[in-house]
Formats: sequence, C-alpha cells, structure tokens
Amino acid sequence: MTPLLSVQGMTKRYGAHIGCADVSFDLYPGEVMGIVGESGSGKSTLLNCMAGHLRPDAGQVVFDTRTDGPRDTVTMSEPERRMLGRTDWAFVHQHARDGLRMGVSAGGNVGERLMAVGERHYGDIRDKATDWLGRVEIDAARIDDRPTTFSGGMQQRLQIARNLVTGPRLVFMDEPTGGLDVSVQARLLDLLRGLVRDMGLSAIIVTHDLAVVRLLADRLMVMKNGRVVEAGLTDQVLDDPQHAYSQLLVSSVLQV
Amino acid sequence: MIELTNVSKTFTLHNQGSAVIEVINDVSFAVAAGECVALTGASGAGKSTLMRMIYGNYLTQAGQIRIGDIDLVQAEPRQVIAVRREVLGYVSQFLRVVPRVPTLDVVAEPLRTLGVSAEMSQARAKALLGQLNIPERLWSLSPTTFSGGEQQRVNIARGFAHAYPAMLLDEPTASLDAKNREVVLSLIEEAKARGAAIIGIFHDEAARDRVCDREIDVSRFTPKVAA
Repeated sequence: MTPLLSVQGMTKRYGAHIGCADVSFDLYPGEVMGIVGESGSGKSTLLNCMAGHLRPDAGQVVFDTRTDGPRDTVTMSEPERRMLGRTDWAFVHQHARDGLRMGVSAGGNVGERLMAVGERHYGDIRDKATDWLGRVEIDAARIDDRPTTFSGGMQQRLQIARNLVTGPRLVFMDEPTGGLDVSVQARLLDLLRGLVRDMGLSAIIVTHDLAVVRLLADRLMVMKNGRVVEAGLTDQVLDDPQHAYSQLLVSSVLQV
Repeated sequence: MIELTNVSKTFTLHNQGSAVIEVINDVSFAVAAGECVALTGASGAGKSTLMRMIYGNYLTQAGQIRIGDIDLVQAEPRQVIAVRREVLGYVSQFLRVVPRVPTLDVVAEPLRTLGVSAEMSQARAKALLGQLNIPERLWSLSPTTFSGGEQQRVNIARGFAHAYPAMLLDEPTASLDAKNREVVLSLIEEAKARGAAIIGIFHDEAARDRVCDREIDVSRFTPKVAA
C-alpha cells in the first residue's frame, strides 16, 4: 500500500534554535496519528511545515495526490499547494477564529470552501452547508448567524464543518479540543471519531492532552526539543513508554 | 493460532534510578484454534503483563509473538491495528470509552470499524446486551456512569461483538453474579466451539476448570527475585 503522506527528514530552524529536526514517518490511509510533547517541543512547527504554512529548511512531504500520485508538496508550486489546501487537505486551528471568517454567516463559512472548488449553484451550496451544520450538531436555524454569536465549542464545530465539507483525505489538527470545557471536549471527540471512521479520513493531531490522543489516535509520536524521541502504537507508548521523557510525560498526568 | 517463541520482557524505569526489572523470561507456548488456555500464577507473577504483550500493548524486547501469520513483535503499528480489528480480541478488566457515547454504540463499534452496517452492528449489540442482562433502558446511556459489574458486562459484550479468531480474556467473570457468570462462560464456550483460540486469566477456579483445556503457570517464567 502507498502511504498517503510520507514525511522525510523534516527540519526547521529558527536561527540557531531548532524548531524540529530530522522527523520522518509514513501515514497510511485511514490512520490517525497523534503528536504529543510539552510546549516548545516543536510539534506545532512540524505540523505547520507539513501543512505548507511554514517553509522547512530541509525535508520532503510527499503526498499521494488523486491525479498525479505521490508528489513532494514542499517543492510544488504555490498555486498547486493552495489547491491541495482547499481540496484534499484540511487544517483545524486551535482557535476557531483563525480558521473561520468571523464576519461571514455560518452557512457562508461552509459554503466558501465549496465555492473555492468550483461549486456555483446557491441551492446546492446551501443544502450542503445545512447538512454539514447538522452533522456537527449545529441547529440549522443558526445558518445565517455569524460565528461571533456562537460559543467556543460551536465555533470549533463550525470550523470542522467548514474543513470537511469538501471531503478532504488528510486533516491536520492543532490542539482541536484545547481551551474547551471538558463536556464540550467529549462531544467534539465523539464527533471527530465518528467522522474519521465514516469518511475514512487520515489525520495528524497535535495536542498536549494524552487522554485526547488515547481516544483519537492509532499511532503516537512523542517530541522533545524538536526531535521525535519515541513513536509507536498509541496505547503501547502510553502504557509501556520506553524513553525517559515519555515515561516522565505519562507519569505526570494527574488522575481524576 | 497464537504462538509465542522465546519471549522476554524487561521494564526500564528511567526516572527511578534507571531500575531494570525483568518480568518475563523466555516464554514459549502455542494455542490452537478451538483451544482455551489459562494463565495462572500468584498476583504479580506477570499474567496480565504477558497478556498485554500478546496484545501488543506492552513492547516485547525479545522473541516472537505470532497471531496467525503476523509477528506482532516486529509488526508496523498499522499491521497491529489491523490484527486487533480483525483477528485478535481483548476483554480487559476496565472499560475505556469516549464519554457521552451510548452503550449500544460502544458495543457495536468493533463491528462498525470492520465495515458492518449500522443496522446489523446494532442488532448484534442488542442481542449481546440482552443476553448479558443489561436493562434496555440503559442502552441509550453512556456506560461511564454504570456500576462496576454493569461496565464489565458492557466490556464483555463489546469484546464478543465480532467473532474474533483469537481472544484474550483478563478476568472475564470477576465482579459478576452467578447468573451473568454463567452467560459469560457460555459465550466463551460458544467462541471455542466456532474455533477461536483463547487465552484467559481466571481467578475463579471453577470457571477455569470448566472452560480451559490446559493451564500455563506464568511464575515459571518470572525471574526469581532475590528475597
């Protein structure tokens, strides 16, 4: 089987400081991978390099495109990468405000991504937007309201609808449940799990919450000082961590 | 179906003076289809550790653990995931679920991930929950608020939803009353009859004698600790 995404030797420096160094892995269709580590460990840098938001100093991000097979997205042209970002890729930001257009209605936020891939029929776009609001459990009556009138949890669910409406194959998520109430978090996790399973999505989730990766991710990478110190099956890394830092991380979780 | 060859494991505690603890040393045995083998030994002998190694939950340092034709010790994460989805079931002592998910969906999930339709998965889940005497009014609720015994039965229903060719059962009859214990034992007997290879841990001796064909004393493989 061809990996959906193959990352090789990903390196990003900020001057003398290392953002991330020599990270390599393959992600296969339908797999969800978690990246954990304390703040400053380089996990968000890595995610942004992979998603094309930051230019890496070295390394390849080979994505198995629908039309041309595996392509290195680091060296592809900017318009091509942007097109990928609108179709096969999706990026869920930690702060929904960064991923939404706050001055546009909820329906418009979802519809905009459809229009970006060429949909023009207003009725179809509105129907799809309504359908997606329903899937992320937002009342259809709120379709014409702006996200500024939504709660934090609703904004996050709207951001997910906006991202998934075009049927992407790979979703990058940066702390998707960060800053939300635990009850809202649980609901979002349940939603994400269902969507991943039903749409056969692959996802890369950056978080510092070990409980979130246990529930969502099949595989886990632990990062420290820009490097991957341990990688493996999520439950294996969490229940039988091998590296000193992973052991410290796992044993530092407070029991509820 | 399940075959262990020269399997050993140590734990290294980096943050506690790098203590190295040898837990399992040179285990070899095989379990054939339709056979149920009990792991025995005193508490702390390493029964659950060995079981978790067979499930790929604990990393094995040396040896081979073959499930069908895949060696879990060398397998890639995605191969382990595929084996767990299709071939190897595990009923742990604790139920771990996403909060808020209804019991019925928790039990149906293993079938859903195999691509079975929602209707058929739910029908199987309902049958199992009914068989295990979970009242129907609880099916739409999340099991996180259930009693210990109820959670254990939900866990068993989930573990038996798919007809796995190989199963690991960690204390499946613990904290169950006589009636439910009987249901669980008959589920195990049914699984054996259809050809599942089973490894179990049972503190309940009568249950062990009834469903298990042979016993493996794990303390034989545990390195002797200097007293």
